[in-house]
Amino acid sequence: MADLQQAAESKVQSHAGERYFMRFTRAQRYMHAVLFTTFLGLAATGLPMRFSESFWARRFASGVGGFGTIIFFHKFFALVLTVAFLIHLKEVFTRGLVHREKGIFWGNTSMVANWKDVKDLFGHMRWFIGLGPKPKFERYAYWEKFDYWAVFWGMVVIGFSGYAMWFAPFFARFLPGWALNAVLVIHSEEGLLAILFIFSIHFVNTHLRPDSFPMDMVIFTGVESEEEFKTKRPEEYQRVAAEGKLETRLGVKPPLWLLNFSKAVGYTAIFIGLLLLVLTLSAYFGS
Amino acid sequence: MKTASSIALAFGALLVFAIPRVAHAEVDCLGCHGDKSLQDAAGKSVGVDAGTFGASLHGNLKCGDCHSTIKDYPHPDPATPVKCESCHTGEAEGLVGSVHANRAEHPCTSCHGDAHAIFPKSDPRSAVYPLNVPRTCGNCHGNDALAKKHGLPNVYPMYLDSIHGFALSREGLLVAANCQSCHGSHHILSHTDPQSPTYKSNIPNTCGKCHAGITDNYLGGVHGKAVAKGNLNAPVCSDCHTAHAILQPTEASFRMQSTPICGSCHKDKLSTYRDTFHSQLGSLGGYVETARCWDCHGAHDVLPASDPKSPIAPANLVVTCGKCHAGANASFVQYQPHANAHNRKLNPALYYTRLFMNVLLIGVLAFFAIHTILWLVRSRYQQVKTRSAKGGNNG
Repeated sequence: MADLQQAAESKVQSHAGERYFMRFTRAQRYMHAVLFTTFLGLAATGLPMRFSESFWARRFASGVGGFGTIIFFHKFFALVLTVAFLIHLKEVFTRGLVHREKGIFWGNTSMVANWKDVKDLFGHMRWFIGLGPKPKFERYAYWEKFDYWAVFWGMVVIGFSGYAMWFAPFFARFLPGWALNAVLVIHSEEGLLAILFIFSIHFVNTHLRPDSFPMDMVIFTGVESEEEFKTKRPEEYQRVAAEGKLETRLGVKPPLWLLNFSKAVGYTAIFIGLLLLVLTLSAYFGS
Repeated sequence: MKTASSIALAFGALLVFAIPRVAHAEVDCLGCHGDKSLQDAAGKSVGVDAGTFGASLHGNLKCGDCHSTIKDYPHPDPATPVKCESCHTGEAEGLVGSVHANRAEHPCTSCHGDAHAIFPKSDPRSAVYPLNVPRTCGNCHGNDALAKKHGLPNVYPMYLDSIHGFALSREGLLVAANCQSCHGSHHILSHTDPQSPTYKSNIPNTCGKCHAGITDNYLGGVHGKAVAKGNLNAPVCSDCHTAHAILQPTEASFRMQSTPICGSCHKDKLSTYRDTFHSQLGSLGGYVETARCWDCHGAHDVLPASDPKSPIAPANLVVTCGKCHAGANASFVQYQPHANAHNRKLNPALYYTRLFMNVLLIGVLAFFAIHTILWLVRSRYQQVKTRSAKGGNNG
């Protein structure tokens, strides 16, 4: 018994000894939550419209009381996401232009692509086929930046084309007639791209790949272990360590309830996403 | 048996004396036939309700007027069938050549009911009173086995649920179309017979007997003109509204079912319509307000866009689109409700937009699919190698 107790304590200690580092602020995590909730909502209500001929679309529509309900929620989620997008824009510009915070528009911690990203992309692919070492990634790796900009421009393009349909007579004042035809094509194709990308590429790249399997919890808890930090973003770890700022990044180990809650939310999101992916593919190749 | 009939005889006689309209000469017949349970050798009921008969259209006739072969008692059992045509010559002539010409299969009584209880067709007791006609016809035409045997649809339930059936059975509207309003009564012909009121080219006139205004509109439209010219591919009333299960056109189910009907001829227009938001919304039930064919093209007086009276004539588009899209303007109506994104010549801007979006979609997904698969394989290989080196498991 005493041995067992000792073993248990030492285990706790070894875990307690592990340091956790901040990666995402609370606001950023909330933003991701709003983003994926509205995205799932938009996908779940947009897909039945895109594939309105499919059996599941009609079943779904009749189940929720018809198209009126679907478009209502589609517009509702669109408005929430628009507000979130505007808040994000304001945040970026306030930090970058008003507070003159460094590393927003350029540098190691920026979302803007740089030469290192190009080198990392090719280096990473060389590593895939065993032709070179694994690149040392900085704070945001090239695929993470791609995810960010894909969503960023996706929101601009899908949002603009969506509002053009919603307020067609108004937009018709300054858009040519054929544009009203084009916005549906743009909206549905870009939406489809976003859905297919997020529910297959983003899910695998970020959550399902062996290094993070089954889910990267950092976007939910905001912190990651030192081990993860070191292996996933060695360049950033070394830079921060060299600057002597590791201490400022220290966070606390996420409590069990937060981990469990995050898992419940995350798995639900992934499940809904994969379900929508299967339905999309079945409608796409079934028709 | 003997005592029973003599009691019945006495009872019948009593009854007969109480009904003054029945001539005294008929007492002899009613002596037996007044017993309503009386059956002939074939097991057919031969009882006569003297009261009902007396009040009926034939109440003034003597038994022998119709049963002319019976002179004496005892008489042959079963008796020779009555020939209605000896008086009703016009009706009998009408039956010749009709779908009900076979007298053995369709005796007069199959529609007119009990021969001793015939009432004028304006009398609610009549089997051919307008409100009773559907039920009378439905005796046969609501029978699945019979419908199958003759290769006919089982029309009675369809009719009952139709707007005509509803008006007739629920509202009791005498003017609501019943079976004979369209099919006629004695000289009913198959819809394949050019003389039939239900023959395709005659349908507009048949419906027009009541729906005169709509028929006028229809005859002025492209479909009406085509049918008048003898083009039987053009739709008549029943092609869109169906013949028996006619729905209220503003009803959701009618709005849901009609687009494919137009599309069964206008295939290219249906396929380009399917690509639009109008169709995508319209396919999802419960939101029936989205534009269907006739919302823009008109329903009965469909006219080509080149006709200034057409709702899709360029000058009328702002009004037509504006029915749904408040604030529609000249630029808004440049929208093409039948644009074809696959046709470079007709819709170049849309064609290249779609091409660009497709290349973007396929390009991004193809690149990242390869990227991600290679990554997965490499990561797993690395993971297994590292863990093995540490002596751990590879789960």
